[in-house]
Amino acid sequence: MKKLLLLVLSALALAALLTGCGSGGGMLTLNVYNWGEYISDGSEGSLDTIREFESWYEQEHGTKLKVNYDTYTSNEDMYAKLSSGAVSYDVVIPSDYMIARMISEDMLLPLNYDNIPNYQYIGEDFRGLYYDEEDKYTVPYTYGVVGIIYNASKVDEADAGGWDLMWNEKYSGSILQFNNSRDAFGTAMYKLGLDVNSTDRAVWDTAFDELVAQRPHVSYVMDEIYNLMESGEADIGAYYAGDYFTMLDAQAEGVDLRFYYPEHTNYFLDAMCIPSSCQNQELAECFINFMLSRDVAVANAEYISYASPNSLVVNDPEYIEDMGPEAMEILYPELESFRESYNLYAYRNLDAETLDYINTLWENVKIN
Amino acid sequence: MKTVSRVYTALMLVFLFAPIAILLFFSFNEGKSLSVFSGFSLKWYQELFRDRDTLTAVKNTLVLACTASVVSTVMGTAAAVGISRLRSKHLRGVMDTVTNIPMVNPDIITGISLMMMFVFIGSFFGMRTSLSFYTMLIAHITFCLPYVILQVLPKLEQMDPSLPEAAMDLGCTPLRAFFKVELPEIMPGIVTGLIMAFTMSLDDFVISYFTQGNGFQTLPIRIYSMTKKTVTPKMYALATIIFFVILALLLVSNIPDREQDGAAKRKNK
Repeated sequence: MKKLLLLVLSALALAALLTGCGSGGGMLTLNVYNWGEYISDGSEGSLDTIREFESWYEQEHGTKLKVNYDTYTSNEDMYAKLSSGAVSYDVVIPSDYMIARMISEDMLLPLNYDNIPNYQYIGEDFRGLYYDEEDKYTVPYTYGVVGIIYNASKVDEADAGGWDLMWNEKYSGSILQFNNSRDAFGTAMYKLGLDVNSTDRAVWDTAFDELVAQRPHVSYVMDEIYNLMESGEADIGAYYAGDYFTMLDAQAEGVDLRFYYPEHTNYFLDAMCIPSSCQNQELAECFINFMLSRDVAVANAEYISYASPNSLVVNDPEYIEDMGPEAMEILYPELESFRESYNLYAYRNLDAETLDYINTLWENVKIN
Repeated sequence: MKTVSRVYTALMLVFLFAPIAILLFFSFNEGKSLSVFSGFSLKWYQELFRDRDTLTAVKNTLVLACTASVVSTVMGTAAAVGISRLRSKHLRGVMDTVTNIPMVNPDIITGISLMMMFVFIGSFFGMRTSLSFYTMLIAHITFCLPYVILQVLPKLEQMDPSLPEAAMDLGCTPLRAFFKVELPEIMPGIVTGLIMAFTMSLDDFVISYFTQGNGFQTLPIRIYSMTKKTVTPKMYALATIIFFVILALLLVSNIPDREQDGAAKRKNK
């Protein structure tokens, strides 16, 4: 027993030793709140964005800077934390619908774009999007499109092409459906050509019937999809284009994963914003500007492997070469106008009543 | 009957350890997958030790767990001694229930109510941000306390009350009697309480999430936030290391016990 106590105490001493480096005085701090695994962090030889910014800032401005970089799991978690007023962050990177909600609740500060000269490189198509029509609050970071991934060694080419592959009884048992209401209903609604942002209950009921019809043939998963698709246990599933490459990298022998976009589908866009609790707006804008500079933006785009709205990235020969022609084709599908498709088909924030109704329907889909 | 119980034990062990075994195995995978083993490599261990943010999170978690468990053990032991000396049965019942509340209360409710309290007090003093390392520490002490009390109280009750009395009879001051006689008697309970508190603090996610301040992220929060993309195999490597450290600690702490047992047996002969 005594030895155990000694062990615990020595562990304690070790921990105390490790904390020796507290926060120094007179140092600037920048608090960044981002999704997990959503920035190039120096692993596998990539650029360590945060350290890079710290040393760049010190060189440029002569002041030591410490970036506190925290991560969250979902827009809702982030919203709960920020709206409680318990924490203050200088830069957050929420998704589109959450940005719309935060703007309507005065939780974001208008940006001073004079401090973000690199904003000029953001493509024309990514301005004036519905969540921030006048481009006052946001700087787009990444975007992505949902498509269908299938195993070409099991699935007949002729069946691929549309959403109905996910309803094809031939592949019953090896189809994966999203395990969250919004995305699952989305697949049914795009298939039927319905408006995914409808507030009409009858529209949702129609989609509900479609999901009920699909239920015997599918399993509901979220990020388990990676392992199921890679190993060939499942053959069909819908997910984000960027994540398809992760699966492709790890596919087992005999599995031949392919990807295509059905005619209408969901788009998401995550953008950098400054919340109203920000303590140093100029510094935050400096960080956002830094994130848009060529080297950093390319490193992030390659690390996250979602599409980048930054023209410095999209037109960069090194980036194009690193990603390869196939990936470029998938990540940046030829759209007549991203803005138009996005404003038409992307999910928006729904009112609480509709959301409640959808969730009730969703529970019924899963229980039945 | 014997085969049934053997099969049952085997099944139980499989269910307990298969997930850990899989994790161990795939931490040595060259690829990123959890289903396809593409070759042996120590790559993810290298990546782990290059990942400063994860290492900071490990450090934060350890600092928090050590501080919280030590503080809650001291406070909990004192509380248990106090409770055991209450004369009124009624009051004791009340104290028992009150100290158990943080244990039975769902984590999410404890977490949110603590956060709201911190925000309330913070705004009272006009602070911009009310959450910090200290709020997280207070929260961890809060939910660790009942486990310590629960471990120490029975030991105090098992102890022969005439022991400290005898010590005082022989000239000890009450304080000295406590440290010389009572404390060694209840030590096993205190140590178990400390270990319990340490484990509880180490793996708490929900309460930590709601009371976490800027720039002090713990490991469970960091791992959980990776689920937007996939959890990287770095984490399997980390889990493997943690598993072996704990295994080593358990082995080391069990050796002296066996020697003592042996000595006790020899004496009894």
